[in-house]
Amino acid sequence: MTAVEGVRMPGVRAHPYIPNSAPEVRRAMLDYLGLDDVSELYGAIPAELRLGRALRLPDAILSEHDLKAHVLGLLDDVVSTADYASFLGGGCWKHFVPVVCDEINSRREFVTAYAGEAYSDHGKHQAWFEWQSLMGELLEADFVSLPTYDWMAAASSALLMAARLTGRSEVIVPRNLNPEKLSHMRNYCQAGLDAIRTVPFDRSTGEMDVDLLAEQLSPSTAAVYIENPTFLGTIEGRAPDVADAAHRAGALCVVGVDPISLGVLAPPAAYGADLVVGEVQPLGAHMQAGGATCGFIAGNDDPLFASEYPTLLETITTTEREGVWGFGWATFERTSFTKRGQSEDFTGTTSGLWAITAAVYLALLGPHGIREVGETIMQKAHYTRACLEELPGVSVGPTATPFKEFVVDFTGTGHTVAEVNTALMESRVFGGQDLSAEFPELGQSALYCVTEVTPLEHIDRLVAALGGIFS
Amino acid sequence: MTDPSYLRDGFHAARWLEPLIMELGTSGERGVIPPASEPPIRDGVGDVLESIPPRLRRTRAPELPELSQPQVLRHYLRLSQETLGAAINLDIGLGTCTMKYNPVVNDVVGNHPNVTQVHPHQPSETIQGLLRILHALEAHLCEISGMDAFSLQPAGGAAAIFTNASIIRAHHDRNGEGGRRDEIITTVFSHPADAAGPATAGYKLITLYPGENGYPDFEALRAAVSDRTAGLILTNPEDTGIFNPRVRDYTDVVHAAGGVCAIDQANANGTLAITRARELGFDLCHFNLHKTFSTPHNSEGPALGAVGVREEFARYLPVPVLTRSAEGDYRLEYDRPDSIGKIKGFLGNVGIAVRAYAWIMALGADGLRTVAETAVLNNNYLARKLDGIRGISMPYGEMTAYRLQEVRYSWQQLHEETGVGTNDVKNRMLDYGVNSYFTSHEPWLVAEPFTPEAAESYSKDDLDEYAAIIAKVAEEAYTDPELVKSGPRRSSIAGMDEGPLVDPSRVVTTWRAWKKRHGPSSGISGE
Repeated sequence: MTAVEGVRMPGVRAHPYIPNSAPEVRRAMLDYLGLDDVSELYGAIPAELRLGRALRLPDAILSEHDLKAHVLGLLDDVVSTADYASFLGGGCWKHFVPVVCDEINSRREFVTAYAGEAYSDHGKHQAWFEWQSLMGELLEADFVSLPTYDWMAAASSALLMAARLTGRSEVIVPRNLNPEKLSHMRNYCQAGLDAIRTVPFDRSTGEMDVDLLAEQLSPSTAAVYIENPTFLGTIEGRAPDVADAAHRAGALCVVGVDPISLGVLAPPAAYGADLVVGEVQPLGAHMQAGGATCGFIAGNDDPLFASEYPTLLETITTTEREGVWGFGWATFERTSFTKRGQSEDFTGTTSGLWAITAAVYLALLGPHGIREVGETIMQKAHYTRACLEELPGVSVGPTATPFKEFVVDFTGTGHTVAEVNTALMESRVFGGQDLSAEFPELGQSALYCVTEVTPLEHIDRLVAALGGIFS
Repeated sequence: MTDPSYLRDGFHAARWLEPLIMELGTSGERGVIPPASEPPIRDGVGDVLESIPPRLRRTRAPELPELSQPQVLRHYLRLSQETLGAAINLDIGLGTCTMKYNPVVNDVVGNHPNVTQVHPHQPSETIQGLLRILHALEAHLCEISGMDAFSLQPAGGAAAIFTNASIIRAHHDRNGEGGRRDEIITTVFSHPADAAGPATAGYKLITLYPGENGYPDFEALRAAVSDRTAGLILTNPEDTGIFNPRVRDYTDVVHAAGGVCAIDQANANGTLAITRARELGFDLCHFNLHKTFSTPHNSEGPALGAVGVREEFARYLPVPVLTRSAEGDYRLEYDRPDSIGKIKGFLGNVGIAVRAYAWIMALGADGLRTVAETAVLNNNYLARKLDGIRGISMPYGEMTAYRLQEVRYSWQQLHEETGVGTNDVKNRMLDYGVNSYFTSHEPWLVAEPFTPEAAESYSKDDLDEYAAIIAKVAEEAYTDPELVKSGPRRSSIAGMDEGPLVDPSRVVTTWRAWKKRHGPSSGISGE
């Protein structure tokens, strides 16, 4: 009988993550199977398909203390928005995160749950249904999906839904769309749509040019997609007119929203949206370098629409005990899990933890908190915009009302955005997102974001630093 | 063989009878007070809400519940207790999902402020440490797979498969063959997304079924391949745990016809450091970092499906691509004209990547091999333990034949002899404190299937306990079938009406819709 190697690491007999790497246990299990060596279990893999050498990886860091020190040591070479004043937004935003959100989304039961069904993971399923319900109130929508990966995934899926629902194959989107979202749509919808057309926006107001939209609408138009607020930050005041125009042409109106605006802005269903999508990260999740995104699709309770949702859905049901609810995933036959090669869209593991987090957030904020946070965001954004407008050579975005983001044009200062942002770093400020490459028509413009957690001191620092650059 | 000492007879899950959050609270209660504007700001801007165009103003407050902070905390803590996460149960049942230990230290480093407080559009010179981790992870995944380049952007396994289908499409389009090559071949024992991803990308799917030995039928593959073949997307071993030793013949046939070969290695837990996508003949692959590489499943995400490609396909990877300059700086490249574009916003799920990096560093090359060997040992140990339990069988082989990291078993005999089916057994398992198991993706080629996966982080005693539970429930099926068929009795709820889960007309996704359909309900006060 050959000697049994335990974990193949000098000096260590068993790896803490692998109980049966202990040599005694491994030997006992091999004996039970009548084997000399574990390699006998791999008899099905021919030699020519094997690697035949050890992987070339760094030496293992077996001590938890040393491992933590190693990773945190690498992370030392990072400056975050906790260190600098940040005016970055553009789809990932720094907002107030209640500590109870972090407490709940750190619970090991939620962190390590996965595909458990109604009986094993009742609490997870209830939290998801509550998320759908709370979002339903915020959106005034009777039907809300479980999460998509992010806003752009939700938007692309909603456009494909619109194409299936209308039997049409083209969509219209605004020019002032996040270029990354348009890139996603073009790849994701390449097979499901024949064309994605863009409509210019009015450069003076920032709103969609509804006349030009009307010219583009055709019997092939499945949907008009707009956002509120727009990617460039302003409230889309023409949204009701856009919905009307779309409906007159027999198309659907799909609206993307930032849900943290909905304490003060009308829910899209109120001005004619047929489907609503958006990004949930503002509701209780840290930015995580863009890795805390979570999208949703919502609409009315029409069974025709419901049958086209590609996502997982959570339904409420009753139990044998009156008044005790049950919850579970509904109607898999809609999804790629059942449709396989007949799918026109797909779902999978998306962003369930952020949905639970957003449920906690909305339960904490309540109707008053969500209005207050919206008002505070607008106050701070408007204040900052007014301060920047005073700077020589600087002009601020179109005239439409901003929510939390706005365009700052530095063309008149003679500086590029890149130069401005580099100079701001010396004052420990991350300037706004450079738009000059993707929106050349806006000149040397940047997208600035201000939220309820942007302190007055950061705004003052920004204004002083810019003043210094342009003096 | 049942050893009662292993059974948690008398277990009961938390049962809080918790009402919906929508039913809780009282008008006027507050859970948290958000920050307010400083006086100079508030006084300086006046009534900003007046500046909202009237048609765009919210006129009715959302009907959110009004709750104090302790109520909200208590409610969601109770719901967490009613969730059987992998950390607190023997989650061996969820086969193909690789429910292994998610080291806590990985969450500690992944939740560091220098991850959570980073904005993805910060100048790259301010996040060099983070980019260094991502770059190192990509390099390690290249070594582990034999591929030449990786993207960490897809946020899950299905997104990774769609990414690979998009890459196949871009490749043929670039070669002028995109119009003609409109078919992708997959296998029925691969994940449904291996068909759905390419279908979403516009491909017609050809599905191979297994022959008697359990492998996808090679002659069927040869018959399917033509000048319309765009590619092959399959997994090996398949959900059965059977490794196809002729896989190189399959990739050779598809390559000879001009197709591209992608392997779904979402679950590579049995083959880490043993065999790689490159040696198997594949051009593209993906790993689910939330399966093989230990990052938590997070109640269905955030997750990460890392995509690996051979050099000639690197041009198509999603933007941005992370590079390292001669000076050692890490940069994000967006100017990639042949890229398929964006699959996910920003850089993908960066925090998940940090966790996977920490896991690889905790194991190293020998550790990864120990992971695979132990997963395979555990699986075969469990199989031997289940051998002889009345009613169970292992299709496509004898119970004594070795499989890799998982097995798809069948309760067909049990069902025929007792009327108890796999869904009944699944539910009854919960009464012994373990998660209900995964049966099978559709279609059910194996009758009354179940698919456990004993990942490397379960001990011998854990496996003995799990086998004892299976044996006990099988015994109950023969002695008291109605007990097993009556559903779990010791879970957080019992006797659920499953109608709304399967009847589209009864699906209700929001409380407001429920109230419209049924009138305001009484919640638990109705008892």
